Amino acid sequence: MTNFWSGYIVVLTLTCLGLILWLLLATRKGQRKEQTEETLGHSFDGIEEFDNPLPRWWFVLFIATMVFSAIYLFLFPGLGKWPGYLNWTQVGQYEAEVAKAEEAFAPIFAKYSAMPVEEVAKDPEAVAIGQRLFATNCSVCHGSDARGAFGFPNLTDNDWLYGGDPETIKTTLRAGRQAAMPAWLAVIGEDGVRNVSGYVRSLSGLETENVDLAAGQTTYTNTCAVCHGPDGKGNQQLGAPNLTDDIWLYGSSFLQVQQTVRYGRNGHMPTQAHLGEDKIHMLASYVYSLSHKDEQ
Amino acid sequence: MSTATTPTAYNYKVVRQFAVMTVVWGIVGMAMGVFIASQLVWPELNFGLPWTTFGRLRPLHTNAVIFAFGGCALFATSYYVVQRTTQARLVSDGLAAFTFWGWQAVIVLAAITLPMGLTSTKEYAELEWPIDILIAVVWVSYALVFFGTIMKRKMKHIYVGNWFFGGFIITVAVLHIVNSMAMPVTLTKSYSMYSGATDAMVQWWYGHNAVGFFLTAGFLGMMYYFVPKQAERPIYSYRLSIVHFWALIAIYIWAGPHHLHYTALPDWAQSLGMVMSLILLAPSWGGMINGMMTLSGAWHKLRTDPILRFLVVALAFYGMSTFEGPMMAIKTVNALSHYTDWTIGHVHAGALGWVAMISIGSLYHLIPKVFGREAMYSTPLINAHFWLATIGTVLYIVAMWVNGITQGLMWRAVNVDGTPTYSFVEALEASHPGFIVRAIGGAFFLLGMLLMAYNVWRTVRHSKAAQLEAAAQTA
Repeated sequence: MTNFWSGYIVVLTLTCLGLILWLLLATRKGQRKEQTEETLGHSFDGIEEFDNPLPRWWFVLFIATMVFSAIYLFLFPGLGKWPGYLNWTQVGQYEAEVAKAEEAFAPIFAKYSAMPVEEVAKDPEAVAIGQRLFATNCSVCHGSDARGAFGFPNLTDNDWLYGGDPETIKTTLRAGRQAAMPAWLAVIGEDGVRNVSGYVRSLSGLETENVDLAAGQTTYTNTCAVCHGPDGKGNQQLGAPNLTDDIWLYGSSFLQVQQTVRYGRNGHMPTQAHLGEDKIHMLASYVYSLSHKDEQ
Repeated sequence: MSTATTPTAYNYKVVRQFAVMTVVWGIVGMAMGVFIASQLVWPELNFGLPWTTFGRLRPLHTNAVIFAFGGCALFATSYYVVQRTTQARLVSDGLAAFTFWGWQAVIVLAAITLPMGLTSTKEYAELEWPIDILIAVVWVSYALVFFGTIMKRKMKHIYVGNWFFGGFIITVAVLHIVNSMAMPVTLTKSYSMYSGATDAMVQWWYGHNAVGFFLTAGFLGMMYYFVPKQAERPIYSYRLSIVHFWALIAIYIWAGPHHLHYTALPDWAQSLGMVMSLILLAPSWGGMINGMMTLSGAWHKLRTDPILRFLVVALAFYGMSTFEGPMMAIKTVNALSHYTDWTIGHVHAGALGWVAMISIGSLYHLIPKVFGREAMYSTPLINAHFWLATIGTVLYIVAMWVNGITQGLMWRAVNVDGTPTYSFVEALEASHPGFIVRAIGGAFFLLGMLLMAYNVWRTVRHSKAAQLEAAAQTA
């Protein structure tokens, strides 16, 4: 802030408050001591006005708020560049509170960070902490039971798009994931979309009427196999799902599969790096525990 | 209806039009409110259609209640009061008629464009730029009619009620024009002239003064006429009027930043917004004291006069919410209350308790007078309306207090490991009973408005042209 604008704020604020104070005192000056039935003599549509004094408690209240404000503006930033006697800032307050929290809670997380994910996932207290972190940060998409929703993977079924070993889960949390199933309509045409969708459904044992499965298989081999593999088992390096396990992120109906093939899908998992390495470790352990319940 | 054109008659036609539309838009706006409150209880009521989702109907509710219901009430009463307290007819019948039809056009355009999803996204200023221009034209015409009539007054002094109406009209023009500055892209799309924290500050400078000048100063103008009239007592203290009027309008304009505590707004602006909001307590209460004390010597009338009850309870809610407001502007309180239902409750303590109740009371006084009738058709119906409105308001604000404090405490609760104790959804679940009570409170209030509509209809339906003309005579 330049000196000019700082001065502008100070002058405007103090002038306004000064004028209000003057108005209050000047109006009070010479007022009657007692309540009166005397009016000022004007009458508007029959309405008259008494010349009563300002209520004393109200006057005191008014002054009290102004005194409080003067003290406040001395202690805290408000008058232009004046930083306040206490040097308070909201950023400073935030940082102090975060530092205090870090000091109190970091040892709890540090203890678990020193343990491998597989071990943390077996610790009931750690799982409880992880579940709370999950409820706050992950449940909006993956659901409070972590069973996912349309377009959001189920994290409890031990079926993994990008891999379910501890390090991979942590990589997913740290950097996020961006899926990229392309739109195929322009390449394989409407018939191609129909036939390959029928074929993909058949990989999971689902039957579709009126599709040419042989033609679908040819299209699959030419266009889909490069990512999803010749046998349809997927590729975790690319995040290409296994198409043979009857687990469907975007639905298994013929219409839904066609939609996926026709227009593509672009699932997005945002990075959680802002949580810090310790909490990512805790969350990874919790997510890991969800599909390894029998080992606990 | 006939329009008396003799120079010795007031222009009551425009007052009648605005008074009737106040009731109509009140029902529409409050019905919309009950509907969206029900959507929060039963989300199925969104019907899966874009036009009926909460996000589009909520601005329709706020615009309908503030600007359609509240606006028509302010037009009706200010045109009535300015004529009666200056003993002069409105300066221009044509311009007054233009403000009526122009304002109705704005409301209808809002009712069409907001459900279509056309919005500038500024709260309480959602309407797109062509409608904003129409509002500005109507508002300047309003100022010309009002101040032109003041200039024709038959006495030296200007009545205090007219100070408040005048302050409200000028400031709302400034607020609306400055905040709505935007670059049009198409007929239905524009971008604000401001960006970032500046945009937020301009928006809440507007937003809070929409409360301060539209919903407070304007309705204080109403209060200063209808309370002494209905109580048949002089105003308690002229000195108090002077101090609280000038202090109110000088301080309110600073209070906007309290909507932006702990945001990207610089610390100094937040502090100034907070202290000015606190200083605002006494000037706000000045109006309540002057209204309440005007009743001293006339308290017994409350036993028999439900219209006076409306006015007094409105003042009580005004006093309560203008105490609550400065408290919520204190940073440490705000850190708990901000973003919770407490804010919604605070707004409705003002909107239902103060704005709607003072308007309803004033209209019950005004309608028989401008339609040339002895009194309203049914006093017991007014009384029933009074109780429905009071109980509805109390249910509404208590539910929101409970919800707001619950939400604030649940959001900040942490476990021994520092993780939040509750997820957002858990706080939402805990709010569900409050949502139900709120919807019931709103339904009570709406039911009262339906009684009012019936009562008004029975009062005015037999008005003869000759009675209307006789009622409008100045002497």
